[in-house]
Amino acid sequence: MAKRIDVSGLNAYYGSFLAIEDISMTVEPRSVTAFIGPSGCGKSTFLRTLNRMHEVTPGGRVDGKVMLDDENLYGAGIDPVAVRREVGMVFQRPNPFPTMSVYDNVAAGLRLNGKYKKSQLDDVVEKSLRGANLWNEVKDRLNKPGSGLSGGQQQRLCIARAIAVEPNVLLMDEPCSALDPISTLAIEDLIGELKERFTIVIVTHNMQQAARVSDRTAFFNLAAVGQPGKLIEIDETERIFSNPSVQATEDYISGRFG
Amino acid sequence: MDITTDTQKPAPSSTPRPPAAGSKRAGRGVSRPGDRIFVGLSRGSGILVLVIMAAIAAFLTYRAVLAIGEDEANFFTSFEWNPTGSPPEFGIAVLAYGTVVSSIIAMAIAVPISVGIALFITHYAPRKLGGLIGYVIDLLAAVPSIVYGLWGALVLVPHLNGLYGWLDEYLGWTRIFEWNGGAGRSLLTVGILLAIMILPIITNVSREVFRQVPRMHEEAALALGATRWEVIRMSVLPFGRSGVISASMLGLGRALGETMAVAMVLSPTFDITPSLLDPGGGTFAQNIASKFNEATQMGRDALIASGLVLFVITLLVNGGARMIIARRKEYSGANA
Amino acid sequence: MSNATLTPAPKNRSSLRAATLPKWFPWAVAAGSVLLGLGISTAAGLNSSIQWALIAAVLFVAGSYGISARVEGGRQAKDRVATSMVWVAFLLALIPLLSLIWETVKQGVKVLDGYFLTHSMGVVGDSEPGGGIYHAILGTLEQVGLATLFSVPVGVLTAIYLVEYGRGRLAKAVTFFVDVMTGIPSIVAGLFVLSLWVLILDMGPSGVAGSFALCILMIPVVVRSTEEMLKLVPNELREASLALGVPKWRTILKVVLPTSIGGIVTGVMLAVARITGETAPVLLLVWGTDFINANPFQDPQESLPMYIYLQYGAGSDAAYDRAWAAALTLIAFIMILNLAARGIARWKAPKTGR
Repeated sequence: MAKRIDVSGLNAYYGSFLAIEDISMTVEPRSVTAFIGPSGCGKSTFLRTLNRMHEVTPGGRVDGKVMLDDENLYGAGIDPVAVRREVGMVFQRPNPFPTMSVYDNVAAGLRLNGKYKKSQLDDVVEKSLRGANLWNEVKDRLNKPGSGLSGGQQQRLCIARAIAVEPNVLLMDEPCSALDPISTLAIEDLIGELKERFTIVIVTHNMQQAARVSDRTAFFNLAAVGQPGKLIEIDETERIFSNPSVQATEDYISGRFG
Repeated sequence: MDITTDTQKPAPSSTPRPPAAGSKRAGRGVSRPGDRIFVGLSRGSGILVLVIMAAIAAFLTYRAVLAIGEDEANFFTSFEWNPTGSPPEFGIAVLAYGTVVSSIIAMAIAVPISVGIALFITHYAPRKLGGLIGYVIDLLAAVPSIVYGLWGALVLVPHLNGLYGWLDEYLGWTRIFEWNGGAGRSLLTVGILLAIMILPIITNVSREVFRQVPRMHEEAALALGATRWEVIRMSVLPFGRSGVISASMLGLGRALGETMAVAMVLSPTFDITPSLLDPGGGTFAQNIASKFNEATQMGRDALIASGLVLFVITLLVNGGARMIIARRKEYSGANA
Repeated sequence: MSNATLTPAPKNRSSLRAATLPKWFPWAVAAGSVLLGLGISTAAGLNSSIQWALIAAVLFVAGSYGISARVEGGRQAKDRVATSMVWVAFLLALIPLLSLIWETVKQGVKVLDGYFLTHSMGVVGDSEPGGGIYHAILGTLEQVGLATLFSVPVGVLTAIYLVEYGRGRLAKAVTFFVDVMTGIPSIVAGLFVLSLWVLILDMGPSGVAGSFALCILMIPVVVRSTEEMLKLVPNELREASLALGVPKWRTILKVVLPTSIGGIVTGVMLAVARITGETAPVLLLVWGTDFINANPFQDPQESLPMYIYLQYGAGSDAAYDRAWAAALTLIAFIMILNLAARGIARWKAPKTGR
């Protein structure tokens, strides 16, 4: 189910502006990889190249290779729509479909891919909501609008929606930055459980969070504003936080800049 | 100085509330004459608006009641329009039918196409082209109806003959699309012309609504592996639905009340026929414009009575649109 | 298509590849449908451009769907249909709107010259060439000018009341009825003034009666746009001024209005553009005439839209030419107003934005 991601020589542009330059890394399956780095270093942009969401931004353009197991996401004949079904995404701000109920939100991805019987949908919805640790809180109001939930619940609803289509990879773009500490904790616990089944990549501003949830951590930086962001190093999370091999990483995690 | 006393007097008596707000202010600033004059002037203008609206309703009703009192036929069901005869007989059935039918045709054509264009501008066209088209549509919304009428009568009508012959050939058996070869100055032509006229306004409002769809809703759908159309269906249309409805109702309000273009294109008869293609029929506004010149006092009162009906219908339609917009605001407010 | 499996995943999840039609596919289908549409029309002897355009449009949508459904599958095919329908909607709408502009310009330039602008119709017969729109321009300027003169103070003051003072029921009622007024059909506005002015006060047709009806159409537009502009003025500015001990009315006059004046002027110009093209009230209240009447307070006057209507009604080729020329003049006037208004809005925007 979970797949390995292998990135080599990846550049991403906004129009003519080079946002991230020459990134190569491997993301291991069934593990959590965290991206850290100062604002504007391109970690979110890089994340969005992993499911071809970068190119929906006006002017967005990518070159390089992203291998999902043995398939290049940017290869000829690849359907970006199919890619996004395989590589799910959770966004910075919870974005359940405002006009849909809790149930319909979770079922939305499935309904795109064909007709399902009501009982099958019911099963998947329950499984996904349980998977997102949300079932007990919403089982009595599955038909209420998803936008009526609290922020943390909404974010877990978005996670349930993403995992309902059984993707290979789950990308999370600062999923807790809009949430309170208790909701954050719930999401972090959830990430720990989800990594049994999915390859997870998480962008975070919060270094404690990276240390808590991730197995491996990648540090991104940029030389100056207007310069492209680069991958400085990627390693076991423990090593990054205790004994990084690059000085800039140590400066960043010890709070000397950023 | 006269003005201040004039405009200030009615305010407290008609409305108990605003003085409370005013007195709070007065408590701080005491009663400065400049402030009093200014408040009076501006509140007076507001009241003037109310007075105008009340006057419109009152005068139209007054004349209409006079006319309907004289009417020997049933005002709502009669097919006659002979207010100068003795006894005067007139009814609005034909006008109501023509107004409703032409507006329905206009909406059936204009709403889907407008939504299409709005989607084209916001989601399909390259950005610069979209901006340019939006601009052109904006300007087209400002083209006066008399010009649409001139174009409709001199350009559109002759061009429709081929289409009408075609419709008659294949669908003539329905009677609705029967065509006996006269110039196409018919309700269908009016509907098509009205569609073209209300297209810019519906497009403009829909485009604004579609543009406001939060990017994150669209990305949510995209990230689930939705195609562009599925993104639109899942996030753009549900978000924009009430906006499109109210835009359509604004367009409908305009179509219902359109006068000159209809008067120039339609060749009116006071009759209801099943065929939409043969010349004939009439609308409230068109009838007023066409009959006004030769009308006597009684004739004008009868026209005013029909105008009152039009007024009430457009009030209901516009009121409905406003209510939808207001509900939408609450809805999105609760969401934020 | 997807048979019922309990796993929600699509069947062949190993592949991210999908059969995709080449980029030029829509263009090829479009070209094919246009040719086929033309072919069918010629073969069947249809001579209306509307017919072959409709045939081509249907072929285009159906063709995109059929081919795409076969090659790419149902979901992609639906996407393609949506795309092609959106394009068709756009093109279908473009044709009449471009035709309107094209015809007006083409027919309008025939008799539009200096003579046309500076002479009235006078005794020129309906079917004779000659004559002009001087009297109509004069009438339009006077009627619209008077309407603006009445409407702008009322509209701006009402907006000030709503934004700066209005609370409670009166303000709510005013807001509501301004909305209602926006939707009044122009013919109803004309009828109202008619019932008051002509039938009750027993006054004859005149330019000023038309102006009153135009006011009813103009006031709500001015109120709305001014309201929007006043709301854009940041509260800090008002508070800064009030904190200096400036009375509220002077704050509004010296701080709020100057800050938003660009937007207000834009709104007024757009409102003027709107009422300039109104015909129905003029028809009921001003009647129209072929002669110059510079006095808006007495006797029938002409206006540009009224002139178009009368010339159209005259029904001769010469009269049609005059109608088109007047339409071109009217559109040009309205477009210039619109463009100027937008220009002012853009020019003034950064200042109000800060």
